[in-house]
Amino acid sequence: MSEAGRVRRKWTNRIMLILCGCAVGLCILILALIVGYTVAKGANYLNVDFLTHTSKPVGEIGGGMRDEIYGTFILVGLASVIALPIGLMAGIYLAEFGSPAVASVVRFIADVLAGVPSIVVGVFAYAILVRPMHTYSALSAGVALAIIMIPVVARTAEEAMRLVPNSMREAALALGINRWRAVLGVVVPGALTGIITGIVLAVARIAGETAPLIFTALGSAFGVQGLLQPIGALPLQIYRYALSPYPDWQQQAWAAAFLLMILVLGINIVVRSVSRRKSM
Amino acid sequence: MKCSDSGTTSSIAVKDWSGRRGRLGDKIFLYLTFIFALIIAVSLVALLIVLNISAWPAIQKFGVSFLTSLDWDPVKEVFGALPAIYGTLLSSIIALIIAVPISIGSAVFLSELAPAWIREPCSFLIEMLAAIPSVIIGLWGLFVLVPFIRSPIESWLGSHLGFLPLFQGPLFGLGFLAAGIILAVMVVPIITAVSRDVMRAVPVTQREAMYALGATRWETIYRTVLPYCRSGLLGAVILGLGRALGETMAVTMVIGNSYALTSSLFSPGVTIASKIASEFSEASGDIYIGSLVELALVLFGITLLVNIIARLMVWRMISVKATGE
Amino acid sequence: MLYELTNNTTGQAAPERVIGAQGNTKYILEVVKLSAWYGKAKAVNDISMKIKAQAITALIGPSGCGKSTLIRCMNRMHEVSDGGKVSGQVLLDGSDIYGREVDAVTIRRRIGMVFQKPTAFPTMSIFDNVASGINLTRLWYRKGELQDLVVHSLKKAALWEEVKNKLNRSGASLSGGQQQRLCIARAIAIEPEILLMDEPCSALDPISTLKIEELMLEIKKDYTVVIVTHNMQQAARVSDCTGFLLLGELIEFAPTKELFSVPHDKRTEDYITGRFG
Repeated sequence: MSEAGRVRRKWTNRIMLILCGCAVGLCILILALIVGYTVAKGANYLNVDFLTHTSKPVGEIGGGMRDEIYGTFILVGLASVIALPIGLMAGIYLAEFGSPAVASVVRFIADVLAGVPSIVVGVFAYAILVRPMHTYSALSAGVALAIIMIPVVARTAEEAMRLVPNSMREAALALGINRWRAVLGVVVPGALTGIITGIVLAVARIAGETAPLIFTALGSAFGVQGLLQPIGALPLQIYRYALSPYPDWQQQAWAAAFLLMILVLGINIVVRSVSRRKSM
Repeated sequence: MKCSDSGTTSSIAVKDWSGRRGRLGDKIFLYLTFIFALIIAVSLVALLIVLNISAWPAIQKFGVSFLTSLDWDPVKEVFGALPAIYGTLLSSIIALIIAVPISIGSAVFLSELAPAWIREPCSFLIEMLAAIPSVIIGLWGLFVLVPFIRSPIESWLGSHLGFLPLFQGPLFGLGFLAAGIILAVMVVPIITAVSRDVMRAVPVTQREAMYALGATRWETIYRTVLPYCRSGLLGAVILGLGRALGETMAVTMVIGNSYALTSSLFSPGVTIASKIASEFSEASGDIYIGSLVELALVLFGITLLVNIIARLMVWRMISVKATGE
Repeated sequence: MLYELTNNTTGQAAPERVIGAQGNTKYILEVVKLSAWYGKAKAVNDISMKIKAQAITALIGPSGCGKSTLIRCMNRMHEVSDGGKVSGQVLLDGSDIYGREVDAVTIRRRIGMVFQKPTAFPTMSIFDNVASGINLTRLWYRKGELQDLVVHSLKKAALWEEVKNKLNRSGASLSGGQQQRLCIARAIAIEPEILLMDEPCSALDPISTLKIEELMLEIKKDYTVVIVTHNMQQAARVSDCTGFLLLGELIEFAPTKELFSVPHDKRTEDYITGRFG
């Protein structure tokens, strides 16, 4: 092995390793830039007014996003009410009761559904709810978000239940406990942390979803009027205000983004650090 | 039902619900959970059916030419998908070109090189990047990235590489280059995470064998680890592609919304998702709406195909590892 | 004492020896020509035996001989395993537990089981663990009733003194030996007639093992115990009758003293003297 060859190899090694480190550094830099700008531009404009006032008409300075904040919570709540029972029961089916053949088909379909772009889901909700009812509505948006949420909840619940060791199930069955009570009384409680983690992360995800809302919730200049009426939401408002030509609205978009980011990233950080600590 | 009387005080007759009632409970629960599981299957089927029905007016009118036509005229009710399909593919490819080296490099760093105290926080941070809602990334892209692209990036590219048709034309900042970069930002976390997991699955013995032969760190990675998990890495990249194809908000906000087929990266364009997002709420009339829905169907088909392929590759890699080395 | 020996591999008819028959010895469980499979693999081959009531019967043999499978067939737990299939009969008080109309869940309340790995339910308190056999099978119960039952079961399992002040702590907060005794208390609480134990001590330290062996000798007054063990000395210490299994077949089944001192089959002798297994 020639000396020159060895030196070359050593330097190739060093350079490539440094490049890989730079790749990670770049990722973290981008994260810092995004979070940084959002915080800098958004925190400035975030004040009590923003949280408590409704939006002003075009051209007027000021106003806030109170109704959009409500809207986000309402939509997330509505989607959860629909998605959680369906997702959890489906997850229980996949993990405990399903025959292997049927369960694998359902699992495959759930994975496909999870991969559908959210805008396509929005179009679907439009077709089955908005069009027949001749009105944009919170309900249709909630359904769209629920469709996105269900497969995620089902699969994470299933995974969490699979982690419960079989010895627990057998111990329960050996006590003469019925299958379904063993599942509800031993397996599900045992998987509860994982299930809750999955649910909370799914909630964080749909809280930030915008595409399905564009033509289901539409947004509302008149506040929250009811489930069968259009409704505004934070991400939707960010989108609309960002593309508007008014600097004041663009400022508000940053403030709303800041708020949304705190919500979504906050949930993610809390959930992940709790589950990390648990597994250590 | 006791085998002997040891004079205990426990006199609870076993008033329980086992026996025939128990079997009934199991059956009910089975059917109940099955119905909910069925809802998932029905949703997908319903999605396909409903979309097809809504798109039918357009499918009927344009047939296959929908996929090849360049027109988009709501007034004359003539629609074609080609620029949107082109835009979707182009922006995704740009995104992959930028994202793949960064992702694989990051994955290599996280899986092979970093000591634990760096690995955990860095993985965590990259996961956080994935958690940011795309509308916020779009907002950032629009107000921070696009001006930056306009100058210095595009002006540098334009003046130095302007002989290539790729880098010609007026500098808007908005356009395919911006869309590609923003998509790269969104896609890097997924590819990194999956690649990192795939690399960690490579057995230690493989690496040890290379070290024993006197290979450097990089040579071990390059010659053993990466080839070993080739199909898994490819699967990760294709998963990222799937994500990029379906991405809507961030792209819509930076791509400039111009329905044309150009060769320049500087020019504005559309993707299928951005077209639907920007026009759907104003569309009226069966043909117009039908065309937009047909676009959605096309997008669904493309992402479905890509996701299935990705899944197969990652799955194949894991099962090969499990059955034998 | 009356006992039966079945040995199909030699093709002989079962020789019945009656040595000083002493009145009615009650057989609470009778296994008749039982075979069991995991999918296509046969784990238990045509075994017949009778289990004496209020006595401890031990099943010994090298690993893979089918003793765990056999014991799991006795309370219909084998069918819970992947691909578990059974043919033959298991008669509890004369009626076949594998009968057409018989519900497995009812059987398991009469024939309880303790497993090798102590499986206290981690999401329940110690109190709730012991009571879980009742809680999860009834729609309601009176609080006071369960209190007595739980205390009584814990005392019987020789665990009461150690946990009486921390009944609200999680079941998983106990040591391995304590958890296993908790599982025994839990199994006893539903008042079964027979208690099956599948290598209950193999995951435990010697002191816990000793405690559990003492426990077994105590509870045999009230319950019939069938124990699977790979520890021959344990079988010799605690059991009244012992069965030796090899490759899915019952080679020999005799009163413990007899099996260990004058085994009739050469294979038994080889196993006991440590020539294999």
